[in-house]
Amino acid sequence: MTVAVIQFGGSNCDRDSVRALSHLGIDAERVWYEDGLPDDATGVMLPGGFSYGDYLRAGAMAGRTPILASIREAAAEGLPVLGVCNGAQIGCEAGLTPGAFTVNRSARFQCERIHVRVENADTPWTAAYDEGAVLELPIAHGEGRFEADDDTYDRLVEEDRILLRYCDADGDVTDAANPNGSRDNVAGVLGSQETVAVMMPHPERATLPDLGGTDGTGLLRGFERTTTTV
Amino acid sequence: MSLSDPDHDLVAAELGRDPTPAEAALFENLWSEHCAYRSSRPLLSAFDSEADHVVVGPGDDAAVVSLPTYDGEETYIAMGVESHNHPSYVDPYDGAATGVGGIVRDILSMGAYPIALTDSLYFGGFDREHSRYLFEGVVEGIADYGNAIGVPTVGGSVEFDEGYEGNPLVNVACVGLVTEERLVTAEAKRPGNKLVLVGNATGRDGLGGASFASEDLSEDAETEDRPAVQVGDPYTEKLLIEANEALIDEDLIRAARDLGAAGLGGASSELVAKGGLGAEIELDAVHQREPNMSALEILLAESQERMCYEVRPEDVDRVAEIADRYDLGCSVIGEVTEGNYVCTFEDDEPRGRETVVDVPAEFLADGAPMNDLPMTEPTQPSRDRPDADLDAAFEAVVASPNTASKEWVYRQYDHEVGTRTARRPGDDAAVLAIREAGAGLALSAGAIPAWTDAAPYEGAKAVALENAANLAAKGATPHAAVDCLNGGNPEKPDVYGGFGAIVDGLADMCRDLSVPVVGGNVSLYNDSAAGPIPPTPTVAMIGVREGYDAPPVGVTGEGTLLEVGERGGALGGSEYLAQMGGSDRFPTLPADAPAVVETLATVADLDSTLATHDVSHGGLAVTLAEMVSAEAGVSATVADVEALFDETPGRVVVETTDPDAVREAAGDAPVRSLGEATTDGTLTLSVGDTELTREADAIRDLRAVIEAELS
Repeated sequence: MTVAVIQFGGSNCDRDSVRALSHLGIDAERVWYEDGLPDDATGVMLPGGFSYGDYLRAGAMAGRTPILASIREAAAEGLPVLGVCNGAQIGCEAGLTPGAFTVNRSARFQCERIHVRVENADTPWTAAYDEGAVLELPIAHGEGRFEADDDTYDRLVEEDRILLRYCDADGDVTDAANPNGSRDNVAGVLGSQETVAVMMPHPERATLPDLGGTDGTGLLRGFERTTTTV
Repeated sequence: MSLSDPDHDLVAAELGRDPTPAEAALFENLWSEHCAYRSSRPLLSAFDSEADHVVVGPGDDAAVVSLPTYDGEETYIAMGVESHNHPSYVDPYDGAATGVGGIVRDILSMGAYPIALTDSLYFGGFDREHSRYLFEGVVEGIADYGNAIGVPTVGGSVEFDEGYEGNPLVNVACVGLVTEERLVTAEAKRPGNKLVLVGNATGRDGLGGASFASEDLSEDAETEDRPAVQVGDPYTEKLLIEANEALIDEDLIRAARDLGAAGLGGASSELVAKGGLGAEIELDAVHQREPNMSALEILLAESQERMCYEVRPEDVDRVAEIADRYDLGCSVIGEVTEGNYVCTFEDDEPRGRETVVDVPAEFLADGAPMNDLPMTEPTQPSRDRPDADLDAAFEAVVASPNTASKEWVYRQYDHEVGTRTARRPGDDAAVLAIREAGAGLALSAGAIPAWTDAAPYEGAKAVALENAANLAAKGATPHAAVDCLNGGNPEKPDVYGGFGAIVDGLADMCRDLSVPVVGGNVSLYNDSAAGPIPPTPTVAMIGVREGYDAPPVGVTGEGTLLEVGERGGALGGSEYLAQMGGSDRFPTLPADAPAVVETLATVADLDSTLATHDVSHGGLAVTLAEMVSAEAGVSATVADVEALFDETPGRVVVETTDPDAVREAAGDAPVRSLGEATTDGTLTLSVGDTELTREADAIRDLRAVIEAELS
């Protein structure tokens, strides 16, 4: 199996994602966005960065590229897709996941360690954790505030598609623990299928033991639990 | 500003004719203080830049050193530092952003992949609105540019001092990874090879930046000089980073130089001059962003995100393909020759192709005469210490923006992209995992202007020692340094004397520590109506250690606290005097600095060591306060106020479970008992017969002054 880590011109977590997946024994390679989705891809990771410079709106242009159309089709057939940070913004712009990630409450870029609570442990991405488990993960974004209209949001909650919520170290979901003003502290959501997920925190930065925490490992191992090929 | 009469005469004598307007402008820029170091080069021979591990020393776009190989293959580090001071005053956001872009391209020019940035920033008093405007703009500019290009900003320094009110400093350092096979230099190799310009299209931005950087800032510089500041495009820079990597992967580059000061004219002439060669360049072949640009504008525009490559003729098509893949412009602008540096130009006018520049490349690059300026030696301040209340002094020093938490700054920088950052900002030094060699690369960058203001020579020595001690506190051995030497107007003898003293101080301490100074940057004329800046020797030093693990700053609460290293018995240049008034001589530095640094690194790596924190700005008061958290506290005793606020570098506070092991490892270096770590989250200090107590929350509030004012 080979996970395709899609590299746009301004992606900057593509190498890190390959390094983290490889560390877990998950075969991964970078794929230049203009080269198209490889036929043998067993999964897609949309990494962090600034896809097209993101001068317009984070992920807006990348979300409308031909490779995202291919990824959308493949995802509908069950190909696992994980969008992280800019990849999450792209996922929303491309319609893989509902809602949008927009400018932080602080209006500034924030790079720090935060905690998230696993809201739904019954997905490939979170099966390694118990529901309610607290993970320490890094964030690094200027546009990470999750927003969705009431209908969309209510549907997400009803369908148990909220994957992660920002919380404090004890697992309490509080406003003080919400780093960017996301609606109800949402840090990650599922698409219409549980094989598609996006999140603002960086699991690939919390995987290599020589950098400290490894709480993100289980999220990346989601690629091992989803075996579909296109 | 135009070419001075003496320079004009010198050029005319060499050429045997009057220079053309384009030539005159080229000489004006390349012979400026900013490019030719006319006032500083005579002093820079003080630096020792040689060592076995130095692969490329000063004079190229960046320096290259080899790392010790603990586990893996031989790996080189490219490193450089650059100032972007004047542009950051005129337009803080774009000025600082393009400073980042420029130093990153210097690293690319060596064939290296950039892996980390540090920023050392200096502003006027923090209580001034104008300082805050500059500070916020500079930090945002660095963040937006550095974050987008995916190079983590892992460290640096921020200082506030009245001396920078009219002239802030932005000193950016970058390190990159390269190997022997991939190394490229800026020395043109062979006549007949093509010169290829890759990157952004050339526009009229940044005209005359080099000469603008070589004079004092006028009072209306903020409005008048804005056209001399370039505007950055980090997306293009990111594409350039990836394209450069692809070009190096396929061995398509013979020599490279990034376009910085004096634009294409600077980069292309320096590249061929270094190879003892010449060039023929067709300026109209350059891809342009604006219509009707003149030869002079194309030659000197400082449009960002451009690289000049020497490419074999048979490789030109492949280079163009790679540039196209990354949506970058690419033009073959000419070729390397054995003759003069020649630029021709043809536009729509009927006069045909004109030769606008025809000069010997080496004369252009190295012919500027050096200045021999008078200097007066600085003197040490006399002793006039205040009689201050301990409680008030502690609060003032710990809550000073200079010693306070810089989290507001580094939280805006992506300091983890690249997944190498094993020790993050807020620690004494950043540590990067260089897994290729099994090496931890420690980085420390900064200067303390209050030190060099009080005593330029001793202060600069202390700055070098302090950066080395930061590395040693995390178990690393100092390996190499680059410096960014900032001074005021060198035509003032006292300013030039102070500048000469920081050069000598830095050089002497680095030599003493066996740290080669492999490159650097000089920025003079940092002078305005508000007066000259303090002489400011920013040092960016790297250290190496086996593995990436290092003790944390915060105490665990389980151990005994020791102070390792020598106190200097004075308070000159200290934050204590800055806050409470008065003066004093600068502290005496340890006689055997290399032994002290080695000791600190050894102690940091002992199994019994639980935490380490460097002592410097703010003295033990700040060091101990920073080691306290809600979970663990400090109970310490010092003899007097001098001991609490002495800033002598080359000292570390260690929390250890085995004090005897520390004493044994320290050898001749002094080891003092300070007290115990506790589990109560409180700092308790006994100073003579006075006691001071602060809870972790209170300390955090004191240290959050920047955050509190700006968030």
